[in-house]
Amino acid sequence: MLGRLALAPVFLFIILTTLFVLLRVLPGDPVTAALAGRLSPAQIEERRQASGLDEPIYVQYLDYLTGVVRGDFGNAVTDPRAVTEIVLDLFPATFELTVFAMVLAVTLGVVLGAFGARHRDDPLDVGGRMFGILVYAAPVFWTGILAQLVFANRLNLLPTGNRIGARVPIGDLEITGFYLVDAVLRTNGEFFVDALTHLILPGITLGLVISGVFIRIVRVNMLQTLRADYVESARARGVGDSRVLFRHAFKNALVPVVTIMGLQFALLLGGAILTETTFSWPGLGSALVDFLNRRDYAAVQGIVTFFAVLVVIVSLLIDFVNGLVDPRVRY
Amino acid sequence: MSRKAGPSRLEHALRPWRRANRMARWLVIAGTVITLVFAVLAVFADQIAPYGQDQYRYEVAGAPVDDDGDPVLESIPRRAEPGAGFPFGTTSARFDVFSRIVHGARVAFGVVVLSTVVAMGIGVPLGLISGYRGGRVDRLLVLVMDAVYVFPPLLLAIIAAFVLKEYLDPGLPSAAVAVGAVYIPQYFRVIRNHTLSVKQEPFVEAARSLGAPPRTILGRYVFFNVVQSVPVIFTLNAADAVLTLAGLGFLGYGVPYPQAEWGLDVSRAISDVVSGFWWTAFFPGLAITLLVTGLTLVGEGLNDIVNPLLRVRGYTGKVPARKEPTAEATRESDDEDITDLAKTGVV
Repeated sequence: MLGRLALAPVFLFIILTTLFVLLRVLPGDPVTAALAGRLSPAQIEERRQASGLDEPIYVQYLDYLTGVVRGDFGNAVTDPRAVTEIVLDLFPATFELTVFAMVLAVTLGVVLGAFGARHRDDPLDVGGRMFGILVYAAPVFWTGILAQLVFANRLNLLPTGNRIGARVPIGDLEITGFYLVDAVLRTNGEFFVDALTHLILPGITLGLVISGVFIRIVRVNMLQTLRADYVESARARGVGDSRVLFRHAFKNALVPVVTIMGLQFALLLGGAILTETTFSWPGLGSALVDFLNRRDYAAVQGIVTFFAVLVVIVSLLIDFVNGLVDPRVRY
Repeated sequence: MSRKAGPSRLEHALRPWRRANRMARWLVIAGTVITLVFAVLAVFADQIAPYGQDQYRYEVAGAPVDDDGDPVLESIPRRAEPGAGFPFGTTSARFDVFSRIVHGARVAFGVVVLSTVVAMGIGVPLGLISGYRGGRVDRLLVLVMDAVYVFPPLLLAIIAAFVLKEYLDPGLPSAAVAVGAVYIPQYFRVIRNHTLSVKQEPFVEAARSLGAPPRTILGRYVFFNVVQSVPVIFTLNAADAVLTLAGLGFLGYGVPYPQAEWGLDVSRAISDVVSGFWWTAFFPGLAITLLVTGLTLVGEGLNDIVNPLLRVRGYTGKVPARKEPTAEATRESDDEDITDLAKTGVV
């Protein structure tokens, strides 16, 4: 375990250094790139000095690294807020979306995967596998647009985008930024329903994409586990079919799923960027795309740094959980 | 397990294919057919597409001639519904959707091939050196590659494209480099691990004891053994690369409009969908889905056939090559294989 723990900061260091180098080899500094032509040269110079961009590059690099350690992700150029503030404002939206999607994906994956393994090569199994491949193959933005077309435009059942309707006075109601949680805390039914209806389309769209991978992982693992000696011996002792499946095989087949969840998290973040853009979901992913289009390197660097920290923390957490779930895993 | 003679190994390798039932084989064949259809579209795009990718006027036989003697061109209708003449309809810029899909296939295949060249060109030599040399170089490279590997792939491609935009004119090559950057660690990992086990083989030892320099050993003996695992990684990554390209295109970091790229076409069609013109977004997205499905089916099939062999040959190098791997070790390496593939989304 210690080895893994020591690796996490090393990973982070490598990623942050790469990111810094990549974004700083870009022509022009962040302030000039984002604001050239919109402010006078004197104003730009002033902004540059204010952001420490006139310092030597190694000082900037050290400032950046020490900043990250303190939880300071730098300042955006085209936004008055510090990146840390932007992250705090927008991350709950991304988190709510990804958690919803992950829960859906894991549920679908476990149910369809286990079912497929149990009925191996039945038409139902093949159907489940095809479903898994198709939902993975369909680009998330396309599925999202089709879902909007059908459920929002044609059937008029659900809203096309955003997190909350205009009628909900969100400024007064927000506590944690996780709207579903806030609605429960406020015991406000209308708020809850509104937040949920906004979450359903993007959440399902993103969840479906990720579920494809889970279906296949669970199926393959279940198949492997069902071939294991202890499963056979349980069968030989006359243990019933469903009992073997649920009591003996199921838990073991799920161990790798935890690992996959960690890896999927990285995919989920990528998917979230596309989903948020498609559904104009005001999260960190769509903010990142905005900043990219505005050529605000500083904000891009800050947000991507936050994503990197998040990914490394999650992979560390997954390792811990794995150790808890599977006694064979020891570091 | 690892010391079996040739024929039984081959048998072992082919067993999944022979064991697979008709349905499973049919899926692999279907995947191959789908992929081939798109490959044909890509290669013969100019012959198959009725119009150019950004063509909005066409010549009509027997049309009147203008003052300069050139025939008067007919405009392609705007937002025509799918039907005769325009099987998939036309866009608001008067482009024929079907023709753009055909040309888009060329971009997709071009990027897949070129990005693979980029990823292999960097990943394979580094993997060979890392696996063969071992020591500090190996540890450092593994760390760096693992760090890149945990990073969200699409985000990596976006940043690569964003940075490249300042140096290269946006187009197929820069999109391919951005997509390729994502897959370097995968080639690196597999080649490195494979090299680790191959370098224990008697023929490598023999070459070494005969005094062959490392470059000869790597180039002549190790490389050709290790390179066998490349096609498997390729088929698994290809599907993913198409999706990554589409994602980049959708966000505006792929190839520039009016070049035909499916992800880009979907993003430009968002406003159409809102006003009820479904076909401009539907067909390019369907093309992505079909091609990715086809490639996935092929990759999955190939993986089934080749992987048991790969797994036996020692996955991490932690298992001493000469020892019979314990059941425990094999199990764990299997799991790790699965998590590896899970990253590409293909198992």
